[in-house]
Amino acid sequence: MHLTDNNWLLSAAVFVPLLGALVVMAVPKAYEREIKVVALLTALATAGIGVALLSLFDYGNAQKLQFFTDRSWIPVIHARYIMGLDGLGLPLLILSMVIVVLVIVYSWDHIPEPGNPKAFLALILILEVGMNGTFVAQDLILFFVFFEVVLLPMYFMIGVWGGEQRQYAAIKFFLYTLFGSALMLLGFLALFFKTGAESFSIEYLAAHSSSIVHSTQLWIFGGLFMGFAIKVPMFPFHTWLPDAHTQAPTQGSVILAAILLKLGTFGFVRIAIPVLPGAATTWAPWIALLAVIGIIYGALACLAQTDMKRLIAFSSVAHMGFVMLGISTLTSFGINAAMFGMVAHGLITGMLFFIAGSVKERYHTLEIRRLGGLLKQAPHLGWILGFCAMASLGLPGLAGFWGEFPAILSSYQPAKGLPVETFRTFMVVAAIGTVLAASYLLWLFQRTAFGEPSEEFSHHHISDMHAPEWIAWTPLLAAIVVLGLLPNLLFKVLDPAIVHTTLSAFKG
Amino acid sequence: MFLFAVAGWVRPVVDYHALAPEIVLTAVIVGLLLADLFLPERTKWATSTIAGLGLLGAALPVLTLAVDGTERAMFGGAYVVDDFALVLKALFLIAGYVVVLLSANYVEEGDYYQGEYYFLLLSSVLGMMVMASARDFISMFVALEALSIPAYMLAAWRKRDTRSNEAGMKYFLLGVFASAVMLYGMSLIYGVTGSTLFTAVAASLHKGSLLNGTLHTANPAIVTLGIVFVVVGFAFKVSAVPFHSWAPDTYEGAPTPVTAFLSVASKAAGFVALLTLVFIAFPFSKDVWEPLFWVLAAMTMTLGNVVALRQTNIVRMLAYSSIAQGGFILMPLAVIGHGRTAAGDALTAVVTYLIVYAAMNLGAFAVVLAVTRKTRSGEIASFGGLFAYAPGLTLAMTVFLFSLAGIPPLGGWIAKFTVFRALISAGGGWAAALAVIGGVNSVIALYYYANVARAMWMDPVADDDTTPIRVPASLGLALVLTGGATVLIGVLPGLVLRFGNLTTSTFTAAFGS
Repeated sequence: MHLTDNNWLLSAAVFVPLLGALVVMAVPKAYEREIKVVALLTALATAGIGVALLSLFDYGNAQKLQFFTDRSWIPVIHARYIMGLDGLGLPLLILSMVIVVLVIVYSWDHIPEPGNPKAFLALILILEVGMNGTFVAQDLILFFVFFEVVLLPMYFMIGVWGGEQRQYAAIKFFLYTLFGSALMLLGFLALFFKTGAESFSIEYLAAHSSSIVHSTQLWIFGGLFMGFAIKVPMFPFHTWLPDAHTQAPTQGSVILAAILLKLGTFGFVRIAIPVLPGAATTWAPWIALLAVIGIIYGALACLAQTDMKRLIAFSSVAHMGFVMLGISTLTSFGINAAMFGMVAHGLITGMLFFIAGSVKERYHTLEIRRLGGLLKQAPHLGWILGFCAMASLGLPGLAGFWGEFPAILSSYQPAKGLPVETFRTFMVVAAIGTVLAASYLLWLFQRTAFGEPSEEFSHHHISDMHAPEWIAWTPLLAAIVVLGLLPNLLFKVLDPAIVHTTLSAFKG
Repeated sequence: MFLFAVAGWVRPVVDYHALAPEIVLTAVIVGLLLADLFLPERTKWATSTIAGLGLLGAALPVLTLAVDGTERAMFGGAYVVDDFALVLKALFLIAGYVVVLLSANYVEEGDYYQGEYYFLLLSSVLGMMVMASARDFISMFVALEALSIPAYMLAAWRKRDTRSNEAGMKYFLLGVFASAVMLYGMSLIYGVTGSTLFTAVAASLHKGSLLNGTLHTANPAIVTLGIVFVVVGFAFKVSAVPFHSWAPDTYEGAPTPVTAFLSVASKAAGFVALLTLVFIAFPFSKDVWEPLFWVLAAMTMTLGNVVALRQTNIVRMLAYSSIAQGGFILMPLAVIGHGRTAAGDALTAVVTYLIVYAAMNLGAFAVVLAVTRKTRSGEIASFGGLFAYAPGLTLAMTVFLFSLAGIPPLGGWIAKFTVFRALISAGGGWAAALAVIGGVNSVIALYYYANVARAMWMDPVADDDTTPIRVPASLGLALVLTGGATVLIGVLPGLVLRFGNLTTSTFTAAFGS
């Protein structure tokens, strides 16, 4: 098979949702059912392309960019329409496609206030354009455009359909991310000009960046770091996250946690490290430092939360800290763990936000103090919460374990040139973070699910799970178990790409 | 004939093809005056049709000239028709056409003098067309006055409204003051170089001038003063801080279509003049104007943005936003002296920005006009809940606002991108610092653009009046044109970059290879 076979598939994967969004916008507002059907069919068709990609993907060549397209786009500035899929992009692309389908299924009877499924679903589909595009773009300008395309829909999703403080949360999210991406764009431009103003292709830049003097590399890496770190988000740039997550509608939170946060970490693995390996080595200890601060800070903040959704949001800060710790070791072991952690976090935290949404819908509150006895009133929902809490704290046998444990382990032996003692100290601190994770998650589960229902709700009828919830959640739950038991499904796709692409400069 | 012969006057060769756009436009202007004289009151609306078609008609010879492609110089090099001039003439004509579309209902329903309105509007456009070709202090000054004087009158068009009077008066007084400063600067330059022709000025500033058989090197102090005065004069025109004080009041008081015209076309004309001056007249004095533009750009965007944050009136907000956008356009001017590549990139950036900015800013004004027809209020709060009863207009406004903020995939991103590209291409700490200032500013700007979007999408309906808005056909056409351009440019930026990429022209020749 040639690497350019079926290369229209990636463009289709990116732009079919756009087509669907346009159709949704064209359908009159009154036809709610038809709108939902169109949106779901679009998402399913996109996921169908995902299945085709999965089956056509040459797993023996996971390090190579497959379905590769390279076309003229903006010749004047040397930006090209380059798309390709390797082992790095594949899992996240599929995750994004699946999450969108599930979110639309969940939306069937869960359109948040103030309604208007037409606009809501159109925004979700536009979001998918940006997310899918980011994972397959191989040209920095194309990457940048897709990276930014997600901002507007998410802004409106939080701002229109969100909670009490939605407007504040929406603009905060937008401003933070834009600030990062402005600096990131300057970094991209500097890369372009310092490598001879020839191409924005990631592959080309990685091959020609060694001519840039180290001090300039450090500055450029700084620009990219700001763009990606704010998106991840790393401590101390995380403050937009709890607000955005708490205020976003359930669907928004799920997409944000499952996919959007990954755009940042993916940026490190796809662009920052392979293109600027020298600068990455210098920056790595500092990134690791921020990562472990994030782990501990996120966990401590979780312990102080009174709101279930806010707790899950802060747990994201901690989990993404593990991911960044893995990345900062610059070893294939650590980055494998980080990539696995990204997928696992997407599945698990996505699930937790779904559950939070459903709890909120039933109890009209997420205050942990007022909840309780979920297992009595809605046993299925309660057990699923328990399952996800276990997965999230990294219980072996579930997906969360393979992201967290190897990430800690990898910092025992970071890449050559990195300070070993420092990283081992970080390892110890991160390990303490897992204990804290166990405590806040179990505590959450205990207080919401165990015991008797609180006085306030004991006479309410709390319905257990509905059909759309079952349909939307089962695939995620299954994936958590399957990836937990057979982690190699993912590792065998990731590893060649990580060794040959991300770490190509660190060989030998 | 005898008298001419005595004065040594030779009849200049006139290239009628090269002048065809201006000639057509002049004919339309005269035609408008006559039509206004003879048309009965109830058919006065036809003047707007004549004006619109006339502008499009004048664009035809621009097209034929572009297809022809030869560079034409007339009057001893004082008037040049090259790619640069053609691209900007086309921009002025199309922007003028959109402004006519914006004006049609406004002027008709407001019971203003329709014929005279379009007459003045087209006269101003004619001045801009001349500006794009002016390569001499005198033709540049004539162009400037031709485009400014009608604009002063247009700003005061609502003559029974004191605010409009204030707008016109302020604009007039400061404009005249700026002209005076500029003229003084021009006279200084003429004094030390002995010529008003830009190419001659450049040569003489470079090597010294041969006057009375001896070589005079220009006194650097006088040259500096002259250049600064000329630049400051145009800084008024593009409302760069600290010469911006007329803009907010004028923009708010003037009729809204005129505001759109001033903030787009008139500003673009100012930038065209600055580009011509820097590239053709003063290429060897970059030590003077580079720092000047650096400071002007940084101050203009920062102050424009910060003050825009506090505005509650949409037109005033757009006025400050327009000042800030002007600061963005000034940024590349600060690095033109960094060699030929940087100069070319900067030229591309400014021209591209002007084109994209015209589309998105005119579009934003079109929505404001459509909405205020119903709400009769310029407050941002009156846009509350617009999404509930005018989803189409809301979507359009959202596109324009976020395009102004530079969010991909809307047109504005490529404008900002080319600016950053020019700065990074030039390299060096100062350019990078300016780029970072620009980056921070684009974040600040997002806040007030998003604020309007927030009101439209997230706030409740302002006055519980949810009758749908009827958009008149001409406004609708303006919205389709500007909205289509904004989105299309964002997705396929090559379309506009082609016009911005003028590096092959003689413009950048002075900056070495």
